[in-house]
Amino acid sequence: MPEHKVLQVIVDPERCQGHNRCKAIAPSLFELDELGHARVVGDGMVPPGLEDKARLAEANCPEFAIKVAQA
Amino acid sequence: MTDRPPVSDWAKDFDHLDPRWVTEPYQIWDELRRQCPVAHTERYNGVYFPSRYADIRAIAYDTEHFSSRRVVVREMPPRVPTDSAKPKSPPGASTLASPPITSDPPYHRPARMLLLPAFTPDAIGRLEAKTRAICGDLIDRFASNDRCDAATDYAQHVPVAVIAHMLGLPEGDGEKFRRWIHLLLHEGIAENASFAQALAEMDDYFRVQIASRRSVPGEDLITFLLGAQMEDQPLSDEHIIGTLRLLLIAGIDTTWSAIGSCLWHLAQHRDDRRRLVTEPALMPLAVEEFLRAYAPVTMARQVAKETTVGGCPFKEREMVLLSFPAANRDPEVFPQADRVLIDRAENRHAAFGLGIHRCIGSNLARMEITVALEEWLTRIPDFDLADPASVTWSHGPVRGPRKLPVVFR
Ligand code: HEM
Ligand code: SF4
Repeated sequence: MPEHKVLQVIVDPERCQGHNRCKAIAPSLFELDELGHARVVGDGMVPPGLEDKARLAEANCPEFAIKVAQA
Repeated sequence: MTDRPPVSDWAKDFDHLDPRWVTEPYQIWDELRRQCPVAHTERYNGVYFPSRYADIRAIAYDTEHFSSRRVVVREMPPRVPTDSAKPKSPPGASTLASPPITSDPPYHRPARMLLLPAFTPDAIGRLEAKTRAICGDLIDRFASNDRCDAATDYAQHVPVAVIAHMLGLPEGDGEKFRRWIHLLLHEGIAENASFAQALAEMDDYFRVQIASRRSVPGEDLITFLLGAQMEDQPLSDEHIIGTLRLLLIAGIDTTWSAIGSCLWHLAQHRDDRRRLVTEPALMPLAVEEFLRAYAPVTMARQVAKETTVGGCPFKEREMVLLSFPAANRDPEVFPQADRVLIDRAENRHAAFGLGIHRCIGSNLARMEITVALEEWLTRIPDFDLADPASVTWSHGPVRGPRKLPVVFR
């Protein structure tokens, strides 16, 4: 099996303050609850081709609430 | 306004109302960040000015040592002598609370949660068409001339009309709102009488509005607050009035300043103007970059307990200017921090604050700025400052152009 580097995004709900930068950048990876705080879509697995968007969301979150990790 | 002695040393005696700080603060802050990252002044009964992103962030997160009970640095009556050192509440203190911005934990959270659903991106998205129409109507009034004042003919009206719509207030009262804001945030910084005057007038105005919603409910935020509960209790009229005052003040001056600064930048940068016209998809990045570079809002904290940040001591009861604009210019966090790069992709700016007080109106403000720029550039793609020397800037907690004459090409 060729090794796939699959990424997963994680939102720390303790840190998220609802700046909404993540969803603006990557609407297929993040969604907002009724107060405007973020959570990952589904299990947070990043589909191929969206790795850059995941990294950009991480780099733009003012609260450092997003982590991108190897799944 | 009271005469103030000129500043000779920004590190030990800064004055954020000094004309040099008001018109061109960025170089002063860069210098301070290199030489004295936590500046201090004895003016205004003692104020600190941290200029590094890391320190500003640490203070915003530390609600134990830094309280929001005072969020604006103002000229106050002279300090009471130390033998009666208990801080006297300023006159009218009970009418000053504007939850959630003046609240600390644990009171802050419920007051904030109440408002959040009305300001989510979805809720704000429903106001976009209305905002576009407002902008279009404003432009109709001057588009056939060859010039306008982009601050007083355009930017200042956009948020006034939108927030009036949200609160169910007559758009025609906009002049009144702007006057209160001027009295509270500009004159009121140095003149306690102007401050008190505006508070009293707003109080009367909102009491009338509340009474009329009680008899005839509407579909606006005031009606929503009247029906809202916090910890199973309806909100007191004082809470509602404080929150309405906050929404009105926080919603208008800030966004008007942001739109004005964007247009000020675009008037002077033909390449950025052209790029936004030919590559409209860049707009979201450009808006974030304008928010970073020209962040309009500097809030304050009061030191609740002595502590140190960034190796510097903070004395109890003194004030701290929490300069999100200075944080956004820190080269440790933002490469080429002093350059405006409208396609900057990594931009963790703090224009809307950090931590529990993150601006509730951030989705609204972004929508208004984006729509205001899009509509302007569609109709007036090419324009210049009419006379750079005639541009004036506001002082106080909100910075933006107040006179911005431009000519259309
Ligand atoms: C470009 C425009 C705006 C900027 C730069 C801005 C900036 C800020 C900042 C920096 C804070 C944090 C204050 C602190 O930490 O003490 C804040 C709080 C707040 N803003 Fe804004 N603001 C803008 C527009 C708006 C609008 C349009 C509204 C609503 C109508 C609004 C409502 C609020 C409220 C209610 C808070 C208090 C949140 C809390 O304490 O939990 N703002 N804003
Ligand atoms: S950008 Fe960060 S703080 Fe903002 S909603 Fe996303 S996770 Fe939350």
